[in-house]
Amino acid sequence: MRAGVLQAIRRFFVDQGYLEVETPYIIPAPASEAHIDAIPADGAYLHTSPELCMKRLIACGYTKIFQICPCFRKAERGTQHLPQFTLLEWYRTGTDYMGLMDECEAMIGQVSREVGAGDEITYRHNRVNLRSPWERITVQEAFSRYGSMTWEEALKTDRFDEIMVTRIEPCLGAPRPTFLYDYPAPLAGLSRVKRSDPRVAERFELYVAGLEIANAFSELTNHLEQRERFEKERERRRKEGKTVYPLPERFLQALTIMPESAGIALGVDRLVMLLADQPTIDQVVAFTPEEL
Amino acid sequence: MYNASDLKKGLKIQIDKEPYVIIDFQFSKPGKGQALYRCKLRNMISGIILDRTYRSVDSFESANLEQRRMQYLYSQDEHFHFMDVQNYEQSSLGADQVGDAKNYLTDNLEVDMLLFDGRPIGITLPNFVDLTVTKADPWVKGDSVSGDSKPVTLETDYTLRVPPFVEEGTRITVDTRTGEYVTRVKE
Repeated sequence: MRAGVLQAIRRFFVDQGYLEVETPYIIPAPASEAHIDAIPADGAYLHTSPELCMKRLIACGYTKIFQICPCFRKAERGTQHLPQFTLLEWYRTGTDYMGLMDECEAMIGQVSREVGAGDEITYRHNRVNLRSPWERITVQEAFSRYGSMTWEEALKTDRFDEIMVTRIEPCLGAPRPTFLYDYPAPLAGLSRVKRSDPRVAERFELYVAGLEIANAFSELTNHLEQRERFEKERERRRKEGKTVYPLPERFLQALTIMPESAGIALGVDRLVMLLADQPTIDQVVAFTPEEL
Repeated sequence: MYNASDLKKGLKIQIDKEPYVIIDFQFSKPGKGQALYRCKLRNMISGIILDRTYRSVDSFESANLEQRRMQYLYSQDEHFHFMDVQNYEQSSLGADQVGDAKNYLTDNLEVDMLLFDGRPIGITLPNFVDLTVTKADPWVKGDSVSGDSKPVTLETDYTLRVPPFVEEGTRITVDTRTGEYVTRVKE
């Protein structure tokens, strides 16, 4: 199943005219994000995602690129997390996060059919219909429908993540996959703020049967704003006693010439879990860290 | 001291000066959000179960627990008395702390007693104990109503179902985890 999913993903993107790329796994400066920790590697770091290098390729003139690669995040281990996991990222110029939602629907639908899982899957006793259109709800709607307070109140009391995990996520993604979109701007470090409502950013997360599958956004292309946001995250990391990563200067420089684009990271292990109906990530990898 | 990243099923920690064991544990991390450590905890004294969600900045004290080999002596007024096999010190537990274990306690039985801050809070029995049947109805051949088992009472007043051939005065082995009959003891 895992091999089938990887091959089907590649077929989809090649057919859509995407170029498969490879970027270095060892990088000097990972993106500074409050809750993502990189594993040190010989004076540098293992990348937590190929995001920065892939955006530099977009700035160089590539218009449609994808990559499937292992990524590394410190101290992430649970039924849906491994410190080494596989991400699929793709970037495209001339579109925004809404365009990526359509592409997600087409890609996952096609992969599911190609591996024999069909248009209707069952994940942990939930029936999910993968035919378009999928559900699209804003973070604001999700909080009013399933949460006990607004997202503004949740952010103020530092309960946003807790309400998301305990109340909202379990309700998302069945009987159709759900795009949860328009995240609070402070929670979207590398995405563009929405022009019509600057309190939110053009970011979405895809959920299928309660499982978080992908994170995407309209890319922030303003290098000054990006620098400021990295500085904020760095300050926060400093206060919490975490490692403060150097600023990725070459990436920031590349932003000055990067065109309007959108990008997405999709957890390949999670997609395999979903299509193979496996409750934990342990079941879809050859070896877990504990088995080595 | 433990950090949130040390939390796992089976770990024993101290909350509000009481010992808890983690009976269910889940690591969650919503998209780009902070790590959340969701625990179901059982109070090792009262048995009350709590749901708690911790974050990576939280830290925990380990529960000061100690296990000692004890011999069961006798019970009196709802109290069960034990003696440390090494230093002969005596301690006792209330009926609610002993719980169903009372069904298997006979004189001189050796058990593991758990102490929290030096205070006894519970016992762990051997997995199998031998007990004498004190009351059993004779087996009537061809009785198809009771099927292939019948109830008997043991020396501890515990009643369980056994195969029809078990008679009064027989010693039998019982699994203390399930409370079920295992076999007849060969003398």
